Amino acid sequence: MTYQFEFSSLLPYWREFLDGVWLTLQLSAISTVLGFTGGALCAIARADGPPWLKRVVGAYVEVIRNTPLLVQVFLVYFGIAVLGIRVDANLAAVLALVVNVVAYTCEIMRAGIESVHKAQVEAAECLGLNRRQTYWHVILRPAIERVYPALVSQYVLLMLASSITSQISAEELTAVANRIQSDTFRSFETYIVVGLLYLALSFVVRWAFWGFGMLVFTRRRKLGTAL
Amino acid sequence: MSAVVKLTDVHKSFGPLKVLNGVSFEVGRGEVVAMIGQSGSGKSTALRCINALEKIEQGSIEVCGHAIHGEKLDKRALRLDVGIVFQSYNLFPHLTAEQNIMLAPTCVKGIGRREARELARDCLNRVGLADKAGHYPEQLSGGQQQRVAIARSLAMQPKVMLFDEVTSALDPQLTGEVLRVMEDLARGGMTMILVTHEMGFARKVATHVIYMRQGKVWEVLPGHRLNDPDTPELREFIGSDL
Repeated sequence: MTYQFEFSSLLPYWREFLDGVWLTLQLSAISTVLGFTGGALCAIARADGPPWLKRVVGAYVEVIRNTPLLVQVFLVYFGIAVLGIRVDANLAAVLALVVNVVAYTCEIMRAGIESVHKAQVEAAECLGLNRRQTYWHVILRPAIERVYPALVSQYVLLMLASSITSQISAEELTAVANRIQSDTFRSFETYIVVGLLYLALSFVVRWAFWGFGMLVFTRRRKLGTAL
Repeated sequence: MSAVVKLTDVHKSFGPLKVLNGVSFEVGRGEVVAMIGQSGSGKSTALRCINALEKIEQGSIEVCGHAIHGEKLDKRALRLDVGIVFQSYNLFPHLTAEQNIMLAPTCVKGIGRREARELARDCLNRVGLADKAGHYPEQLSGGQQQRVAIARSLAMQPKVMLFDEVTSALDPQLTGEVLRVMEDLARGGMTMILVTHEMGFARKVATHVIYMRQGKVWEVLPGHRLNDPDTPELREFIGSDL
């Protein structure tokens, strides 16, 4: 192999790499928060909603889980344009990612909700808790705790998958890389750097989720059960 | 004495299976009523109907002035007056003993956290578990979990307590510690209805024993007379418990 690695020509671009990392983090964080909220609501609707709503949510989840993310991103991006609304690429990217991750979160949360025994709900009702209180204190909190590892994997995946939004020119890490490699012609080196940056991001995101879990799930912390 | 709980000709089926076939009885204030009978005789179902956990098809049930069979039943108001303890404890696994007890008073009655914590300590004290406040259910024995469940119910200061085979999952020693708590409650004047297989306890503590058979009240007798029943069926049922 005679390839000469040449990383130094990337050095002038360090700021742009950092900007890309920052935007990737922002996209992922916003999509995670919105995706979790939406997904949890969809899961409740699917578990406990009126029949028509169950069907609508079920159809939505199936469509999203059986089409490629890239196609979904394009559909959201061009769909918004067709509606005559002007949004910038980053917002469109968040929208597309949320539409995607809500569906996956819904399925994970549904598994969590179903794992809570009916007798728990009965006990809560007998203590006089209303439906909202029962959902929050007795169903959702233990359900989230139980499926937390699956949720974390999903949101790490979301962060990695956000690279696809470079296709609609959201200025996240991969889009930055695409530009830098066409400026410098050091494609291999550029993507090595980007790959390492994503790897580092994954560790940071996992670590943040672990810390958050330790903070929130006091039982796990006190009993020393792994998350 | 006015009845706190009154069932009149209650009928209830699960599909084709007739579980309650015209059940009537009354429970007065401060009385302890033990329901005994074979599995499937309808005693647990009758208890669950009292708390509106099951719908009845015919007849009427009145509990602390609430008409359970009525269209306008306010279930939440009913459940402020009635406490229930289950065979499977049903403690909330992600909350400590203390938090399990505090949940309903803070959520439902809007009591402040500090006051609720004092209330929880107080209730844990009554069931002899003051030192377990910070323990999670999985760190407690079955008997301790059941006593926490009793304390959780007590914290809502119910007028009637229902016990649905609360010792059936426990070994004799743990059963003893739960029964002692229930005996204290009875002595304190709590109105109690319990479904039980503990004949000794029924004999000792119950004001009345109701023997259920084939979805009916077969015989009612004072607890102390449990050794000397009128019907041959109850005599046979007691005789099998040596």
